[in-house]
Amino acid sequence: MSVLEIENMTAFYSDFQALFGVSLNIKKGETVAAIGANGAGKSTFLRSITGLVKNNADTFLYNGETLTGKVASDIVGLGIAMVPEGRKLFPSLSVEENLIIGAYQQRPGNWTLDRVYQMFPKLEQRKDIAGTALSGGEQQMVAIGRALMSNPDMLLCDELSLGLAPIIIKDIYSALPSIKAEGVSLLVVEQDINQALEIADRIYCFQEGRISLTGKPEDLTKDQIATAYFGR
Amino acid sequence: MIEWANTIVQGILTGGLYAMFAAGLAIIFGVMRLVNITHGDLIVLAAFIAMVVIETTGFNPFLSLIIVLPIMFVIGYMLQRGILNYTLGDDLLPPLLVTFGLSIVIQNVLLEVFSADSQRLKAGAIETSSIQLVDGLSIGIFPLITLVTAIAMIVGLQQLFNLTRLGRAFRATSDDATTAQLMGINHKHIFGLAMGLALGLVAIAGVLMAVRSNFDPSIGPTKLLYAFEAVIIGGLGSLWGTLVGGIILGVAQNIGAKIDPGWQILAGHIAFLIVLVFKPNGLFPRTRDD
Amino acid sequence: MTDYSENTNVTSYKVVRSTPASRIGSVIGFILFIILVSLPNWGDRATIRLFVEIFYILSLAQMWNLLAGYGGLVSVGQQAFIGLGGYMLFIITINFGFGAIWAIPLSGIICAFISLPIAFLVFRLRGHYFAIGTWVVAEVFLLGFAQIPSLGGGSGKSLPIAIVKSISDTRAGRDAAIYWTALFVVVSTIAIVYLLLRSRHGLALTAIRDSEEASNSLGVDNFKAKLLVYIFAAFGTAAIGALIFLTKLRISPSAAFDINWTTTVIFIVVIGGIGTIEGPILGTIIYFLLREPLSDFGTWYLILLGATAVIVMLKAPQGIWGIITHRFDLRFFPVQRRLHLKLDE
Repeated sequence: MSVLEIENMTAFYSDFQALFGVSLNIKKGETVAAIGANGAGKSTFLRSITGLVKNNADTFLYNGETLTGKVASDIVGLGIAMVPEGRKLFPSLSVEENLIIGAYQQRPGNWTLDRVYQMFPKLEQRKDIAGTALSGGEQQMVAIGRALMSNPDMLLCDELSLGLAPIIIKDIYSALPSIKAEGVSLLVVEQDINQALEIADRIYCFQEGRISLTGKPEDLTKDQIATAYFGR
Repeated sequence: MIEWANTIVQGILTGGLYAMFAAGLAIIFGVMRLVNITHGDLIVLAAFIAMVVIETTGFNPFLSLIIVLPIMFVIGYMLQRGILNYTLGDDLLPPLLVTFGLSIVIQNVLLEVFSADSQRLKAGAIETSSIQLVDGLSIGIFPLITLVTAIAMIVGLQQLFNLTRLGRAFRATSDDATTAQLMGINHKHIFGLAMGLALGLVAIAGVLMAVRSNFDPSIGPTKLLYAFEAVIIGGLGSLWGTLVGGIILGVAQNIGAKIDPGWQILAGHIAFLIVLVFKPNGLFPRTRDD
Repeated sequence: MTDYSENTNVTSYKVVRSTPASRIGSVIGFILFIILVSLPNWGDRATIRLFVEIFYILSLAQMWNLLAGYGGLVSVGQQAFIGLGGYMLFIITINFGFGAIWAIPLSGIICAFISLPIAFLVFRLRGHYFAIGTWVVAEVFLLGFAQIPSLGGGSGKSLPIAIVKSISDTRAGRDAAIYWTALFVVVSTIAIVYLLLRSRHGLALTAIRDSEEASNSLGVDNFKAKLLVYIFAAFGTAAIGALIFLTKLRISPSAAFDINWTTTVIFIVVIGGIGTIEGPILGTIIYFLLREPLSDFGTWYLILLGATAVIVMLKAPQGIWGIITHRFDLRFFPVQRRLHLKLDE
């Protein structure tokens, strides 16, 4: 059962074309990773799904409902949450307020402030501090928690590991299995190929705005991936 | 000696009105990074709307707010969503020039409809009654109400911004409108609400101003400058600072007037420039990346 | 766009400035200039006075455009310098016996010095707040000058007849002298702005306007560049102000520091096209074309002006000239540099 079905998506930043006919689908409960070099279009693709970047597609369905032309705040309301690249916490809000605002649309579900604190105990200790005063890893936890507070069916993670030390990255990624266990579908954009291969059920490789390779991690060889990643 | 105390006390009371002018401006800048040059003209517009309401219904000015406030709120929401939302962005020319143009339009429409005659709203005995503290020093009831209203306004705004869901949405959208959208916040709607809120405050300020002193279509820009000066003196991002700024402005003007009546407004401007020289970020600046 | 990526080698390149339009434009401009210079010989008094006004309004618009469109400093208080320049002219001609015509550039220079402490104040504010800060400064001058009895206080001062007569014995002679001075002012304003923008400084300004961070990282001193533009605009605006009040023969605080100067200039630059030299020219033409038939309608004329500026800013922020440039790639004052590539096929 497809949660997300996209066929032939194109996206533009003014005159500059960033996506050229990208097709991708995610089944319910699946974890899909999007890998590729800097500027390959992975983040643009994620931002297109959430409605932040203007896009066109032959098919753009979420749980059978078409998302073409919808505004970002509506798309979030349908159950898609994003952990944006660079965390993007709100400096004027405390840690706790950053988490609470994730639940702005008050979608029904199991995720509460307490559950997020259970998952990331460090955050409860620092809940009244300004969101941006935390370390990179802690900010990433807040960003994930904030996304979970909207009780999403699908979570988009944009470069979770960016700028973080390896041991912190492990910490962050260790939270994902419990999220998966709830039945949440994941679309993870990662430059760290190993992390992506470890966690994903299927992989899509982006290269200059196009999909260059797709398949299950166990079916793909290192050479295939390298070629798809770097091109030529 | 008592004369000077009286001057300062009157200045403080006047400052309450200026703080009210400034509160709306501060919110708009806080949430949207927009300096609304029509701000003063909208205060005058509110006064004229109140005048029409009072003439039609026979209400007193305070009661007229029941009608004037919602009207101004709707005007603010529609102004923001219909015009000003399209000017927001990195370039500061569009919002500045659009609000400048709108200011000209509003002033002249008011002039066309109501003529340049000076107007005043009547509130009855409350306008002149006062409490005498000591010989030579009395506090007007109406100015006192104005100051108390200003303080209540600021307390209310603090509560709104810090404790409510809408306040969080305001703060988040002000920080990062794009990420706010990812939270499910419709930033266009939030901006509309912010402007509506600001103009609701403008409605109150406009009515109180119109009872206290004469008004006509041309006084808008002067009120804008007072509001702006109060915000800068107090410090960007601080609502209580705005109250202090208004009070300092009121006191400076009164001291100037005492020296020479022609110096009243000038003294206020000079006080502003002095603060600008020594404390360019205001007296209570909130450190924020702007 | 042609794809030059494969198999084409660039053998040499040339940086080219002039365009076919600019070459034709300079011929037309020259002819126009000859006609304008000769106007006092065949025009009537009203026409001469009208053109003087057109010249000084256009000059003011070019100055404001330099400051805001190129310098990124949006000032809503340039009337401070218009008034200062006017009063300075009165002071140095009346109190120091300076020649009326030469007092114009001298007033400009004096006011340029005065602009330094003003810049010190207003540069403490950024963006929108800078704009309103400049307005406050103008108001301070308005209220302040009204308090100076020797300058006529609130009601103002007239220029003594002796000084007026010193320009020329005949009225026609005076009209001509002022007219040619105004023509000189507008031509030199446009010329200086054009040369400035073609120079290294102009490139720096465009870079700052496009991105302060980027230009900073490339070694451009943002603050110094902006300060120089501000001082130069003060000089120019004040000199023009001196010319204006020499023409009017009378000055008062409310006329000198009137916000309407700024309103008119903003209208002209916005509708004509901000950030270009042609824009203010086009805007001035439109302004005067509209004014003649519509000025009787007072408030409605102003409502129309304001509404037009709002609509243009929302729908066509580059102004009417911007639309023309976009459609036809026309540039009479080419300040861009184009790269002409010589390719071997």
